[in-house]
Amino acid sequence: MEINTGNTAWLLLSSALVLLMTPGLALFYGGLNRSKGALNMMMMSFSSIGLISVLWVLYGFTLAFGSNDSEGVNKFLGSFTQYWGTGTSWIPEMWLETGIPTYVFMVFQMMFAIITVALISGSLSDRFKFGGWVLFGFGWFTLVYVPVAHWVWGGGWIGVNLGALDFAGGTAVHINAGAAALGVAVVLGKRIGWPRENMRPHNVPFVALGAGLLWFGWFGFNAGSELTVDGVTAVAFVNTQVATAAALLGWIIVEWLRDGKPTLVGASSGAVAGLVAITPACGFIAPLPAALLGIIAGVLCALAVGLKYKLGYDDSLDVVGVHFVGGWIGSLGIGFFATTQVNALASRESLFYGGGVDQLWRQFVGSAAVTVYSFAIAAVLALVLKAVKLGRVSDEAEVEGIDISDHGETAYDFTPSGGSGGGGFALAGLKPGVDADGKADASQKVAG
Amino acid sequence: MKLVTAVIKPYQLDAVKEALHALGVAGLTVSEVQGYGRQKGHTEVYRGAEYTVEFLPKIKVEVLTDEIDVEKVVDAVITSARTGKIGDGKVWVTGVDDVIRVRTGERGLDAL
Repeated sequence: MEINTGNTAWLLLSSALVLLMTPGLALFYGGLNRSKGALNMMMMSFSSIGLISVLWVLYGFTLAFGSNDSEGVNKFLGSFTQYWGTGTSWIPEMWLETGIPTYVFMVFQMMFAIITVALISGSLSDRFKFGGWVLFGFGWFTLVYVPVAHWVWGGGWIGVNLGALDFAGGTAVHINAGAAALGVAVVLGKRIGWPRENMRPHNVPFVALGAGLLWFGWFGFNAGSELTVDGVTAVAFVNTQVATAAALLGWIIVEWLRDGKPTLVGASSGAVAGLVAITPACGFIAPLPAALLGIIAGVLCALAVGLKYKLGYDDSLDVVGVHFVGGWIGSLGIGFFATTQVNALASRESLFYGGGVDQLWRQFVGSAAVTVYSFAIAAVLALVLKAVKLGRVSDEAEVEGIDISDHGETAYDFTPSGGSGGGGFALAGLKPGVDADGKADASQKVAG
Repeated sequence: MKLVTAVIKPYQLDAVKEALHALGVAGLTVSEVQGYGRQKGHTEVYRGAEYTVEFLPKIKVEVLTDEIDVEKVVDAVITSARTGKIGDGKVWVTGVDDVIRVRTGERGLDAL
C-alpha cells in the first residue's frame, strides 16, 4: 500500500502532541503536590518517558499490537511479529489500510503507554521509594498495560469478542491507571499526617499550566486516535473541546454552590475530568451529547474527589476521583450516546438512539474487567515491592521530603540572594547553613 | 529614647508612612512578617477540602524616636493604621539605651 501523506503527517504531529501531555501531567501533579515532594512527583512522570519508550520498542508494541487474530491466545496478547514497527527488517511497512507507516503508529501508541504509567503516580505523593516506582512501572506496564491495550485496541477480547468501544483510552488508559493508582495507594498507606494536616497545592499556576498543556496535547490523543484524517477526526476534535469546556464549568459551579468560591484548581481539575470523560466517546458521539457528558463529568468528579476522606484511602492527587471516575463516565456514556450516524464503527446504536442496553452492558463488562485486573495486579506488585523494602521511604525521609532523600535536590532555593552562589554571605566567606568550621549541617548538606 | 514597633495590615503601610513623614520622622524600618492575633487565619478550599492558613501576612514598622515625640508617633501610627476592623494590628513602645549613626559615630539623640 502507498503512503498517505496527509494521514501520516497528522499522526506524526499527534504523536508529538501526546508526548507533551506527560510533561504537562508532571506540572499538573507537581503543582498540586507539596513543595517538599514536587520534584519526586514530576520525576515519576519523566522517568516514565524514559522507561516506557524503551520497553515499548523492545516488546511492548509487538505484544499489544502484533496480532489481530482475536483467537486463542491472541484474545489476550499479541505476538512476537512486530517490534519497532517492522517485522524482520528495518524497511518501513504500512499499518493495516491506513497508509501510515507502522513506525508512526508504533510511536503514537508508545506515547499512550508512557502517560498511562505516569498517571498512576498521582496517588503516590511524597512516600514511594523512587527505585520502587521504577520497578513498579516496569511490572505494571508489562503485566497490565500491554495486555489491556491488546484487549481493547489490538484485536483482543474486549474490543473484538465483547464489542466494547473505546475510541482513545477510557478503559485502556484512564480506568486502567485509576484502578492501579487506588491499588498501590491502599497498599502503601496514607501520608504521615493525612488527612489531619494541611496538604494544599504548593503551586497553583503550575497546575493551570499543566492542565493547559494536557488540554493542548489531548487533541492529538483523541482526534489522533482516528489515525486517518476524515469526518470522525473532526468530530473527535470538536467533542474534545466542547466536553472539556463544559466539564470546567460543571466543576466550578459545584464549588461556587458548595464552597462559595470558584477556584483555579477546580477549573483546571474540571478541564482534566472533561478530557478524561470524552476520551473513550469522542469518536462515537455528537457534539451536543459531548457537552452534556462534559457537564456530568465535571459535576460528578468534583464530588468524587471527596470520597477519599469518607473511605480513608490517600489517593493524594485524586487519580481515582478524576481519571477512574471520569473514565467510567465516558465509557458508560458510549452506551447512552454513541450512534452510527457519527461513526460506522459504532456498530450498535446506544440507549438514547433506540438500541436498548446492548452496547451499555458491553461497556460495563469491559470497564469492570479492566478495573478488577488492573487493581489486583497493581496491589500485588506493590505488596511484593513492600516485602523487599522497596515500598515506602522512612518516616524521617518522608517528613523532611522525598526530594532530598531520593533525589538529592530541592525544588526551590529560598535562601537570600539566590543562595550559596552569591550575595553578602558569600562575600563574607560564609555560606548559609554552614557553621564556623565549614561543616554543612544536615539539612543543607545536599544543597551546599 | 524609644523604639516604636507597629504590626499593621499591609494595605495600611502607605498611610502610616505618609503620617510619619508628615510628622517629620526621618527614617523607619519595614519588614514583611507573618502572624496572627484575635483575627486568627483564614480558610482556603482545594478540591472540596478545607485548609486553614494560620499565619497572615502583616507589615512590621519600626521607628526610633525621642521621649518627647513618642506619643505623637504612636498617635500617628494608630490613627493612620486603623480601619476599625479586626486584624488592624498592634503598636508597642520599648526603651532604647543608645543609638549610634554608623557613618559619623554620633550617639544618642544626635543619631536619631
